[in-house]
Amino acid sequence: MNIMNIPPDRVAATVVPKMTARNVDVFYGAKQAVKNVSIDFSRENVTAFIGPSGCGKSSFLRCFNRMNDTIAGARVSGEIRLDGNDIYGSDMDVVQLRARVGMVFQKPNPFPKSIFENIAYGPRIHGLAQSKADMEVIVESALRRAGLWDEVKDRLHESGTALSGGQQQRLCIARTIAVDPEVILMDEPCSALDPIATAKIEELIDDLRGRYAIVIVTHNMQQAARVSQRTAFFHLGSMVEYGETSMIFTNPVQARTKDYITGRYG
Amino acid sequence: MVETTAHTVKSFDDDIAQLRSIISRMGGLCEAQIAAAVDALVTRNVEAAARVVAEDKRIDVLEAEAEALAVRIIALRAPLAGDLREIVAALKIAGVLERIGDYAKNIAKRAGTLALAPPIGPAVIVPEMARVVISMIKDVLDAFVDRDVALARAVCQRDRGVDDFYNSLFRSLLTFMMENPHYITPSTHLLFVAKNLERIGDHATSVGEMVHFAVTGEHIIDRPKSDDTATYFSPNQV
Repeated sequence: MNIMNIPPDRVAATVVPKMTARNVDVFYGAKQAVKNVSIDFSRENVTAFIGPSGCGKSSFLRCFNRMNDTIAGARVSGEIRLDGNDIYGSDMDVVQLRARVGMVFQKPNPFPKSIFENIAYGPRIHGLAQSKADMEVIVESALRRAGLWDEVKDRLHESGTALSGGQQQRLCIARTIAVDPEVILMDEPCSALDPIATAKIEELIDDLRGRYAIVIVTHNMQQAARVSQRTAFFHLGSMVEYGETSMIFTNPVQARTKDYITGRYG
Repeated sequence: MVETTAHTVKSFDDDIAQLRSIISRMGGLCEAQIAAAVDALVTRNVEAAARVVAEDKRIDVLEAEAEALAVRIIALRAPLAGDLREIVAALKIAGVLERIGDYAKNIAKRAGTLALAPPIGPAVIVPEMARVVISMIKDVLDAFVDRDVALARAVCQRDRGVDDFYNSLFRSLLTFMMENPHYITPSTHLLFVAKNLERIGDHATSVGEMVHFAVTGEHIIDRPKSDDTATYFSPNQV
């Protein structure tokens, strides 16, 4: 089933959404980057955002943990809720929000600290570990879930920046997981990685599905097709089409979606 | 409903055009082979029949080309949506046309045998039946190349006419054989010829269904089927 610009709860009616966005607009000064977009995310499905550069998909993604707050002149309107609570409400602690809604970026950006400290930093500032032993458990478990433990367990005190690009990106995912988030936003997480490292990240995304609500922005349509269950196509700031990934890539409804995914755009 | 916009990468369009051209050429060869085989049968021309048998190899070669090209496009272009459905359809259609070529070859072989036996009356229905299946192949491949769903559907509807021809020939041949038992051998060959044409009609119909799916992404639901000879001798009738 394909639907257009209507809430996706009809697509996954049995699932309670983790995050909901309704009528979201994003402006950078006078320019409108995102136009009236509504969508739901759940733990059960990985959601992919695809679309040409400048279509608003990254701007929209950054609304979900208020990363747009850090950009001068950016303004977000509409409503975004996490478990029913308005994340733009006056009682929302942005630091807490970003622990619950983690983000992984295009370029791996480990802290210039040890592998252990890269993971331990978040849990420490959020007070998640009562003792050194607690912290060791958290670090090991995050590295295991990110599929990195076996590769780094003997070198936890080496610098995170000494790892390969793919390992660094998994370290960043482990760092995000360490604070036990509920939602993970990924902005082009594999565009700087080779195909093997990319495959490992994709396998990791599949492993993490069900535990976290995952949203991924990608320019690689094959990647969107491989990792997601729901796909949203953005063009010129609007969400043109949203639906089951298998339908979007085999039989999209909208002509603009079809032209884009078949390489006929523009 | 031809694609109005070209691919940004133009060589992708060239690949698809080449694949369509191979399919069209296969279809043209199939039409010619059926016509030549039936002509050899009617004119009792053993040499012409032998030529049809030899020509079948050209269809096989084109099928291998279509398969290699389709696999290459899938591997190198990663086609999606309508493009993917069209390339998968082309791959399947190439297989079906190769099979149709085999049926034409089989008709030619039987034409060679029938030329050595006394002529039998009911054979006159075969050229008419062949004309219908040839036009079905031509139209269904035009529908494929032009992405014409209406034409593809119309071809599927025409299969009923082919089945009617076959049912009618089946009955007349049964009567003919009962009246002239020493004509059973040529009559059986002729029955197989008609069955081959009837199968070609079924294949053209399935190509019509493939075209429908390639263009719309949806399957045609109910398919007309009126070859009733399989149930002709039901327990109630015997």
